Amino acid sequence: MNITMQTIAIQNGTKLLVAGEVDAHTAPQLSDQLVPLVQRPANQSVVVDLAEVSYLDSTGLGVFVGALKLSQQTGCRLSIQNVTPRIERLFRITGLIDIIPVTPRAESVAGQQDQASLQKRFDVVSADPKEEP
Amino acid sequence: MGEKRDGDKIELTFPARTDYIGVARLMVSGVANRLGFSYEDIEDIKLAVAEACTNAVRHAYQEEHIGQVLIQCLVRQDCLEIIVADQGSSFDLEGMKAKLGPIDKHRDIADLTEGGLGLYLIHSLMDKVEISENQGVVVAMTKYVVRDGEAKGVDEITSNRNQ
Repeated sequence: MNITMQTIAIQNGTKLLVAGEVDAHTAPQLSDQLVPLVQRPANQSVVVDLAEVSYLDSTGLGVFVGALKLSQQTGCRLSIQNVTPRIERLFRITGLIDIIPVTPRAESVAGQQDQASLQKRFDVVSADPKEEP
Repeated sequence: MGEKRDGDKIELTFPARTDYIGVARLMVSGVANRLGFSYEDIEDIKLAVAEACTNAVRHAYQEEHIGQVLIQCLVRQDCLEIIVADQGSSFDLEGMKAKLGPIDKHRDIADLTEGGLGLYLIHSLMDKVEISENQGVVVAMTKYVVRDGEAKGVDEITSNRNQ
């Protein structure tokens, strides 16, 4: 239960690739990475890629709200891409999708990864031999 | 030949530190999976419990003393009842309730707060939520087992799967 992050240079800005689970324990690490990026004068655009994020809750959404506030002071454009349908739903329920540009993950990739993470999940939680085919 | 599960109780107590919230998520997703909840419902339950735990850890124990957070899962015929309780005392429940709600895009972004999003998500994702404050805060939430568009008993679903 951890996150790993990587930054890559893109045109006019930086992309932050995040992988893992974003919760109350790991959200401060996300904030520590993201806040300096939106404050960097050279960055006109900061893109957060959540393709490899399997879990995100209000603590992660809170980091994006904080970064959005800062980005509007510096004139940097913050956007989020490759979110799973699950995480997109959270942006929608909370209304955040109306104030931060969010792009869903490409369908085919999402399908494969969801299947893989589903499999992993049931490897962990299903230890009852009765349910094996 | 579904076993009778109504009334089964599963509990976890953990020190109020953020690194244990992931353990709480694993615990409730394991219980919910056992009861035949759908993948989507399991994710909803996990998130709601994590939000309640985050509140407990963040707001209840701001002093040096690290208290305990209790999660209790109670299996009912047609639903799962989950209680998340802490023994903290500095939680501003009324203040949190006042801030509860989705983000309003017409408001100035500088006025946005992340506070309240967690409780709002709990209310959105669970079927029934009650928050009370006595010796600490207790969040009681319920999710009904739904299959083929209607609520069915937990035992019935288990027996269907094992046929």
